[in-house]
Amino acid sequence: MPEVRLGDLLVSLYDLLGWGLSEIGLYPSVVSILQKLVAAFILTNFCLLTPLLTIWLERKVSARFQDRLGPNRVGPFGLFQGFADIVKLITKEDITPAGADKTVFNIGPVIAVASVVGIWAVIPFTSTMVGTDINVGILYSVAVGAIGTLAIMMGGWASNNKYALLGSFRTVSQLVSYEVPMIIALLIPTLLAGSMSMNTIVQEQQVWFVVAAPIAAFLFLISSIAEVGRAPFDLLEAESEIVAGFHVEYTGMKFGVWMLAEFLHAFTICAITAVVFLGGWRGPWVDQYPLLGVVYFLIKTYFVSMIMLWIRVTVPRVRIDQMNDLNWKFLVPLSLVALVVTALVDKSIPLGFSAGSRSLILFLANMVIVVATLLVLRGVSRKEQAAQSDLQTEVNSI
Amino acid sequence: MAHDWIFIGIVLFFGLIFAAVPLLVNTIVAPKKPNPLKNETYECGMETVGDTWIQFKVQYYIFSLVFVIFDVEIVFLFPWAVAYKQLPFFAVVEGVIFIVILAGGLLYAWRKGALDWV
Repeated sequence: MPEVRLGDLLVSLYDLLGWGLSEIGLYPSVVSILQKLVAAFILTNFCLLTPLLTIWLERKVSARFQDRLGPNRVGPFGLFQGFADIVKLITKEDITPAGADKTVFNIGPVIAVASVVGIWAVIPFTSTMVGTDINVGILYSVAVGAIGTLAIMMGGWASNNKYALLGSFRTVSQLVSYEVPMIIALLIPTLLAGSMSMNTIVQEQQVWFVVAAPIAAFLFLISSIAEVGRAPFDLLEAESEIVAGFHVEYTGMKFGVWMLAEFLHAFTICAITAVVFLGGWRGPWVDQYPLLGVVYFLIKTYFVSMIMLWIRVTVPRVRIDQMNDLNWKFLVPLSLVALVVTALVDKSIPLGFSAGSRSLILFLANMVIVVATLLVLRGVSRKEQAAQSDLQTEVNSI
Repeated sequence: MAHDWIFIGIVLFFGLIFAAVPLLVNTIVAPKKPNPLKNETYECGMETVGDTWIQFKVQYYIFSLVFVIFDVEIVFLFPWAVAYKQLPFFAVVEGVIFIVILAGGLLYAWRKGALDWV
């Protein structure tokens, strides 16, 4: 019988389950499949219940930002508002518009949720508690997350509604554009850790990668906010322009499932940021008690999600041309420069240096890029201002 | 190795099931009173004019083309990044030259005006 360690309780229970099943006399492969089924069931439940909490948190915190109270009727501090919303949505009539492509219309939201839940299979909660530690973890998380784009396109196209179609076109152009700086930003931690496996990346972070690669962290955060389509990049559901974007025709629980996928995707992006740049489950005493890693991981994830929320309630929505300019003329060139500089500088550092001094040198190199970028931006904006004032004097002379 | 991917398959399957169950419950619980007006395309009360599934603005297509170029090149960069620690300095410089060529493509598209929203 395997020993039950309190410090690593969940993994011990997993082992205990496997031991118990093999004691009954099942084949080892069947035991392993059953173990995986139970683990996947718990993981999926975690994924689908988390948005209830994050939605409540988001509504409450953004209400305080806007000097309101937020949900405060259902349960203590309005904590059960999410459950009340689910009951409401589930009893609402489900309308499929007459002109819609019914099959595609109905499986759109389902695929959106499945694609986001799939990402959680590779996210490490502790050093031992990983769904599965595949050696292409980062690439897999980006690839599966991108299926959500397909789901949005399916939903918008199948609705047979012009607003929905416009919304889904915008979505695809935006999500596809911001994928580029996002993946290039992920290349930098991959290069520093020498692996694409999420757990190895966390283990390699004696110093958090946000120190060694602050530009990559910044780029990843910005482009992933665009990737999940939250304000200031919520062009895909800009209420004042195209009603509600791709989900204008969805009612009842189908709308709820879209919202679930969206909030879960936002939370997932925060989790990936926490894992790749903020050291994931790393923290004090985590070697003796691996279970503490879950706490550190969740604290870091919620910290990133609060930053996202802060940006969301502060910055107004951008226009579509500004959105494209920001991506192709600022984020992509900056990410390429950051990648080249990191690769060259890290290779030039002699082998004897410790992780701390290595990170410090990379940090200084990043700061040089930041200063250079600011100088270039100042030059460009001065040129534009000069052109504007020339135009103004011309107009005045007429 | 294969075992690692079985878990992902199970999680994706559960994801599909868990998202489909609320929709099924919805179809059972919710009232069903459809009428022609309700099933019309929602356009703030206006009647829909013309077909929705048409050819649309070409700009979106150009952005996807630029994206495809970058995406393919990034797939080539990932193995380079994973092997980075074992690479000699020369191989890293080769990777950098590859990235510079990629940047050249971006510059070309930029100067051609493909990145301007019209």
